[in-house]
Amino acid sequence: MRLDQRLIAEMIAPGTRVLDIGSGDGTLIDHLFRYRGCDARGIELNMELVTKSVAHGLPVVHGDADHDLAHYPHHAFDYVVLQRTLQAVARPREVLRQMLRIGRHAIVSFPNFGHWELRLKLLLSGRMPMTSVWHTPWYETPNIHPCTIRDFLELCKQDGYIVEQWMAVDEEGERAPWRRSIRLANLFGEQALFLLRRRNG
Amino acid sequence: MNSTTPLAIGEQQHVRFAEGLGLDCGVTLAPVDIAYRTYGTLSEKRDNAILICHAFTGDQYVAEEHPLTGKPGWWSRMVGPGKPIDTNRFFVICSNVLGGCMGSTGPRSTRTDGEGDGVELWGTAFPPITIRDMVRAQHKLVQALGIEKLFAVIGGSMGGMQVLEWTVTYPQMMLAAMPIATAPFHSAQNIAFNEVGRQAIIADPDWRGGRYWADDVVPARGLAVARMMGHITYLSEEALTRKFGRRMRRGPVGGQGPEGPVSMFSDIFEVESYLRYQGSTFVRRFDANSYLTITRAMDWFDIAADHDGELTHAFAGTPVRFCVVSFSSDWLFPTSAARTLVRALNRAAANVSFVEIETDKGHDAFLLEEPDFDRTVRGFLCGVAEHAGLA
Repeated sequence: MRLDQRLIAEMIAPGTRVLDIGSGDGTLIDHLFRYRGCDARGIELNMELVTKSVAHGLPVVHGDADHDLAHYPHHAFDYVVLQRTLQAVARPREVLRQMLRIGRHAIVSFPNFGHWELRLKLLLSGRMPMTSVWHTPWYETPNIHPCTIRDFLELCKQDGYIVEQWMAVDEEGERAPWRRSIRLANLFGEQALFLLRRRNG
Repeated sequence: MNSTTPLAIGEQQHVRFAEGLGLDCGVTLAPVDIAYRTYGTLSEKRDNAILICHAFTGDQYVAEEHPLTGKPGWWSRMVGPGKPIDTNRFFVICSNVLGGCMGSTGPRSTRTDGEGDGVELWGTAFPPITIRDMVRAQHKLVQALGIEKLFAVIGGSMGGMQVLEWTVTYPQMMLAAMPIATAPFHSAQNIAFNEVGRQAIIADPDWRGGRYWADDVVPARGLAVARMMGHITYLSEEALTRKFGRRMRRGPVGGQGPEGPVSMFSDIFEVESYLRYQGSTFVRRFDANSYLTITRAMDWFDIAADHDGELTHAFAGTPVRFCVVSFSSDWLFPTSAARTLVRALNRAAANVSFVEIETDKGHDAFLLEEPDFDRTVRGFLCGVAEHAGLA
């Protein structure tokens, strides 16, 4: 399991109901079921990974964040997880709204576009930055809605979500030591990880 | 005996319910026989039973040679020792549906009078039945076998309809459900195809108002046409092209050999030859009035209609673990129908897995070699066992 998935798993209380959007090969939900006694389910777009997960005994449906969340009832889950995908969905604000409608908590991770390397590359070369995290040219990238940690915090404020926990992590998922200052985290964090909850409930 | 004489079905393993069965139409059908086969061994705790529901023209011979046709069981590649539905581990039950013609009570069964004496065959006087009636009959069988809770109910096509009916009628009696290549209601297109099949049978002069059995004939042409059309709907265009293309089979009637001029009807396309063969073998093993009764039951199937028109209500609070499977080239029960079902299950916060298997084999794919499908079935059952603490 990736280190940032381990960090996500640690945010989730044992025995709770979890929906993992973009569950991939099912590593996280398998871990949550096996070691934390959670009722963990997944949604995955890639049919090959769906089949692999179901063949592994995991409850996964074929679907995607933009189209399928609307079909889940209010408060059906304690946690709704979206890993490294927010920047690639068609309507991130709506996806976030749906996550916090379905779940009491939302756990969101995304690559931070405010990282110093990106800023520097854009400044010096005048071209779209390419790094180990942002490695696809602009005309092919699925990441159509990049944002920075500060941008994301601003959206949470606007839409009234409470940030219960946040952390910056590096690409390997190791927790980065920028906890005190959002500005420093926004400059040095490659990935961001947020635990949000609804204002009421 | 000519090529349309029905094969004698003989005595089938069955259980008789003398008290009968109350049907959706209000009639009590009595007595009711349910013919069935089992595979594997029922565990001491009786917690390893899987009920398999067969499709429209299938029967209880899932995993052994068919006693009439001599062909392998219709799902022997899926059910058996070491197979995805492993009979070393599970006790598998399959019964012939109510209204069928392989030993369960249906239009070809003898109707009894008040004293219990056989009068004549039911024929078209057989009461109209529903998918739920079929499921009620299966439920009686399961109880008669001493099983309080099924590990899973699995079925494709019309079998999948029965699976869904099980989940809404007896949700507490099952851990898991696998509705495959099916839909929560029969679409207008499906009803339309069924109607053409029925009309073909009824239009055959040998149908004789449904009393063909009294004159010892069968409406073979009508039944064969119905089957031929059915077969087209079970395959995809790609599969037909791959199997037959535009290849022709030169007929002997013109008598002029491969060099002679083509004649209108003696030279036929291979796809025609295939359909004719399917039609002709079918009439020997299937009863025309059963065809009418069962297709009607499918047409009436609409889970939502019994729950204020809202599919989600049917599944509210369901404890059942679902695994919905569709096949990409199935246009009879398309993925869109499966997705409608999955979304309703999601709205009901049900535990559901959903896989669309990529294949060009059409609706029939659930009976054919599909490794991804096999893995899905095997894995899902393992997962259910693990979650239930039975692994």
